[in-house]
Amino acid sequence: MNPYPDFRQKSPPLEGLGEANQKVIEVRDLVKKFGSFVANDHLNFDVYKGEIFGFLGANGAGKTTAMKILCGLSSPTSGKVKVAGFDIYKETEKVKRNIGYMSQKFSLYEDLTIAENIRFYSGIYGIKPAERKVKMEQLLKNLDIESARDSLIGSLPLGWKQKLAFSVAIFHDPKIVFLDEPTGGVDPITRRKFWDLIYEASDRGITVFVTTHYMDEAEYCNRVSIMNEGKIEALDTPENLKQQYGVKNMDEVFLKIARNKE
Amino acid sequence: MGDLGGFFMKQFIGFLRKEFLHIFRDPRTMVIIFGIPIVQLMLFGKVISTDIQNVKIGILDQSHDNTTKKITSKLLSSGYFVLAKELQPGEDVEEVFRKGIAKMVVNFGPNFEQNLERDGKQDVQLLADASDPNTARILTSYAGGIINDYVKKEKLQNIQLPNQINIEVRMLYNEGLKSVYMFVPGIMAMILMLISAMMTSISISKEKELGTMEVLLASPLKPIQIVLGKVTPYLLLSFINALTIILLGVFVFGVPIKGSFFLLMGESFLFIMMALSLGILISTVAPNQMVAMFISLLGLMLPTILLSGFIFPIRNMPLPLQIVSNIIPPRWFIVIIRNIMLKGTGILYIWKETLVLVFMSFTFIALSIKNFKIRLE
Repeated sequence: MNPYPDFRQKSPPLEGLGEANQKVIEVRDLVKKFGSFVANDHLNFDVYKGEIFGFLGANGAGKTTAMKILCGLSSPTSGKVKVAGFDIYKETEKVKRNIGYMSQKFSLYEDLTIAENIRFYSGIYGIKPAERKVKMEQLLKNLDIESARDSLIGSLPLGWKQKLAFSVAIFHDPKIVFLDEPTGGVDPITRRKFWDLIYEASDRGITVFVTTHYMDEAEYCNRVSIMNEGKIEALDTPENLKQQYGVKNMDEVFLKIARNKE
Repeated sequence: MGDLGGFFMKQFIGFLRKEFLHIFRDPRTMVIIFGIPIVQLMLFGKVISTDIQNVKIGILDQSHDNTTKKITSKLLSSGYFVLAKELQPGEDVEEVFRKGIAKMVVNFGPNFEQNLERDGKQDVQLLADASDPNTARILTSYAGGIINDYVKKEKLQNIQLPNQINIEVRMLYNEGLKSVYMFVPGIMAMILMLISAMMTSISISKEKELGTMEVLLASPLKPIQIVLGKVTPYLLLSFINALTIILLGVFVFGVPIKGSFFLLMGESFLFIMMALSLGILISTVAPNQMVAMFISLLGLMLPTILLSGFIFPIRNMPLPLQIVSNIIPPRWFIVIIRNIMLKGTGILYIWKETLVLVFMSFTFIALSIKNFKIRLE
């Protein structure tokens, strides 16, 4: 039985993205060195509007480093990077206004309630109180957690927290949302529910840039890039990669790439 | 520009609201901020006090003449001693100590007055329970002082003794040698370090540990807003604590403020700023709350207690420790506070110490910025 039937249908074909394949992320010759260690070795890739872009690699392959550069959390050693149409060197502020970010350890305050967390993040992004209230009602309804509005985040199950953290990360309607291994520590079923939200966001035109090492998640992406030792070894749709390597799933693609290196 | 400034403030106020929620929701933080200062002050002021007050003594009077009676009443009216037992000649003195009836026994020999008037000299025996040597030493010296004082004033006025040197000791600024006078500045330094430096460093490293710091840094918030937002609540709370400690010191323990109250608060403010920048510096080094707490406790609290001159005088330390004590910020703050509160000196006499604190603050801020940049690169 195919474990991912729903998402195959939902995931739009790349050609159908429209808007003349508008680039929201452009990376040219990105190099990041820590002393003599090269974490990112001349990365080149584009990400298009509304796309779900999977950023894969083993731990230490350099994917988190690259993502931090895209979010303005770290500066590159050399190279040209544009995010949401803005240069990350000169227009960091504008970049930050147009992105959302969700860290590995989800990103909500455990000792604040759902409503308080939303209020805090709305304040940071300058969302007006009236607008916030309307959107918050929507969000709570959407996640079916209206009764938990005044519960502390710490008292919620992990799956809820992750969904909430994602919803809060796109609360200000960013052009791109960066997810750093968003579904760590939950079972595949909860992961699939989480991905429902990602598809909804993508349908609204929000570009999703996600790092992961779960290969079932890689299948859900429109395109994936696979990093190894600081370099991008492969970049295509999951279908094409599987054909190219003559295997049945992304897990094997990943293993083949890792073995070829050795 | 006005709109931008308004947005900056709105973001900042939202941040502050969140910080205060963190503080008020965490019982441990509340205890540290509001419980510990008061408990510490009471503990040092009342319990660990080395002051002598109403100590039980026994009197063994073998003369029962005017002089011995007067000396006894002088001793008992001094406030230091209360009479626990009048011993009879031949009674076992040690028994009194063993049973814990008294800490000291004053023994007047027979024919006390006669001998004194005839020879101009007479011995009094002071027996003290030296199982607590410190207290015993203080008790005997207090009692000795009172007896000598009486004898000189009342009895020896007319008797001129050649070449006798009278040593008169006056303890300026703290005539009663009250230890609480020493503790108030020390506790202030300690509490302000604890709340400003430790709590700030823990609160910032908590965001790092939980991953929320990255989210804040990836947001439109400016780093300066994040740092100010983190620091402002503790600045306020520390200031309230400084006031509380001073008020408790003045109204509960009777510590005077001889100098300017505003200068005192100004210097406290400077010290708080210094401690806050130290807290920020610690948080740039510590990856999580645990490490931040250990650095604060071992690196700040212990030196504050041991090396700042709070409990152990710096002059009595071995030279290497004296040199180390120079880099302990509370050392300078304690000097400042003692000068203002007890001596009533103005800024003219403490500008050097003040400058040291200013210099330290700037150094910590500069180091923090440097560390922060290294982390981002």
